[in-house]
Amino acid sequence: MVSQQERPETILEEPALAPASWRRRHDLDRDDCTIDVIELVMTTADRMREVLGREVPRVPALRGTTVVNLFYENSTRTRTSFELAARTLGADIINIATASSSVTKGETLIDTVRTVQALGAQIIVMRHPSSGAPYLAMRHSNVSYINAGDGRHAHPTQALLDLYTLRDAVGSVRGRKVVIAGDITHSRVARSNIWGLTAAGAEVTLSGPPTLIPREYACASEGRLPPVKVDYDFDRAIEGADVVMMLRLQGERQQAGLIPSLREYAQLYQLTEERLARAARGAVVMHPGPVNQGVEIAPEVAHGSHSLIEAQVTNGVAIRMALLYLIAGHRREGAR
Amino acid sequence: MSDNGARERVLLNRDEIRRAITRIAHEIVEANRGADAIILVGMRTRGFPLAERLSRAIEAFEGTKVPTGVLDVGLYRDDLTYLSVSPTLQPSEIPTDIEGRSVVLVDDVLFTGRTIRAALDALIDYGRPQRVQLAVLVDRGHRELPIRADFVGKNIPTARSEDVRVCLEEIDGRDEVVLVQGE
Repeated sequence: MVSQQERPETILEEPALAPASWRRRHDLDRDDCTIDVIELVMTTADRMREVLGREVPRVPALRGTTVVNLFYENSTRTRTSFELAARTLGADIINIATASSSVTKGETLIDTVRTVQALGAQIIVMRHPSSGAPYLAMRHSNVSYINAGDGRHAHPTQALLDLYTLRDAVGSVRGRKVVIAGDITHSRVARSNIWGLTAAGAEVTLSGPPTLIPREYACASEGRLPPVKVDYDFDRAIEGADVVMMLRLQGERQQAGLIPSLREYAQLYQLTEERLARAARGAVVMHPGPVNQGVEIAPEVAHGSHSLIEAQVTNGVAIRMALLYLIAGHRREGAR
Repeated sequence: MSDNGARERVLLNRDEIRRAITRIAHEIVEANRGADAIILVGMRTRGFPLAERLSRAIEAFEGTKVPTGVLDVGLYRDDLTYLSVSPTLQPSEIPTDIEGRSVVLVDDVLFTGRTIRAALDALIDYGRPQRVQLAVLVDRGHRELPIRADFVGKNIPTARSEDVRVCLEEIDGRDEVVLVQGE
């Protein structure tokens, strides 16, 4: 036990105050997350939101900790969000965009993370176009990883901030109907949200063209995947939905022959005001960004009164602060 | 903490805690020449019920309701490196503007002083109080920082290996301060 610390019993061992404790060195996926771990992150994020609302939003909790944003893909909101989160907690943050780094000289992922570790980083926030990249990096270094998106696999912090935003907007999602619509196949946001939402008890329906929904979700027999419904008819899927989560459609999908044309896609799958009217009264609209206005979502819906898109961005900072705080705590435990 | 084989000694019983709080309440009002500009801010976890008790005591003899607040200093600790996990964060609520007021920080045990140092940092992020005072139920010594309490329920010399356990009705179901001997 800790002897140099004051009142250990009141800070650490108050059972009523600590319903779940954080036991993760990394945050790489949402597929193994129980609801009480998600709730711990959310209640921690509530405190962070209070800090962010202050005149001088800065606390010293992570002073002396170095966080590195290691981004192998372009990103504005996720990278900025982590940067703000780290700064608000008093950590030092270094941004490495690989386009201007030694990666262009052929440095491998493993060499890069070892170098970043040798420079003193304790937490690496990584985005990579290949699924599983942070798992590889993790085996070759001693730092903590937060997955900021790896290929098609996962974007776990997005799922947390979406659940957090929904908690504010609709309360508990247990038993609520959530429709995730668009390009599910290529979407790490969708994958992480499916895990997070089903763990929280939501009833998830996937909708989109059959070419953009992985077959295994359509066959309910696949035991390893969370239980979701699939409905290729968006007009039918959206009936009575409490939450409509739209995904970005990338133009390349047309070249790949997965959709006949953006226009046809928009005809069938764009979230318009008329379509939204079929959802439950008071339904909310989400989108992880960046938004392709006029493709997957109509501008008046993206900016309308049902839209939570801006709240998602704002909440992202609080959620990422909570994760950094919890992971930094667990690292200290590991170092003992 | 381990109760197996640990020797325990009761330092304050229910009545002694009640008397200490009544006395501190009087001292606070006397030192501040009245109860009008005071705010009592309890430290998580057990400082808060103590702040509430002090407020009720002051109201009983002074007729003035002194506002209470609660402070969680988890984000301000400088000893996070030595804790095994990040402390679970609880909400801080300071009900009124502390600008120009006398803030009385209330805690159960004063030990190294590090929690109070963190509390001063946290408090100053809420505004600029006219002054800050400190009231504690137990001062057990072993300060690591130049911090002292203005109002003390009881001074108790302890060894570092010992542990002072404060139980309060509101949280633990009974009022008691116990000294637990280390192994």
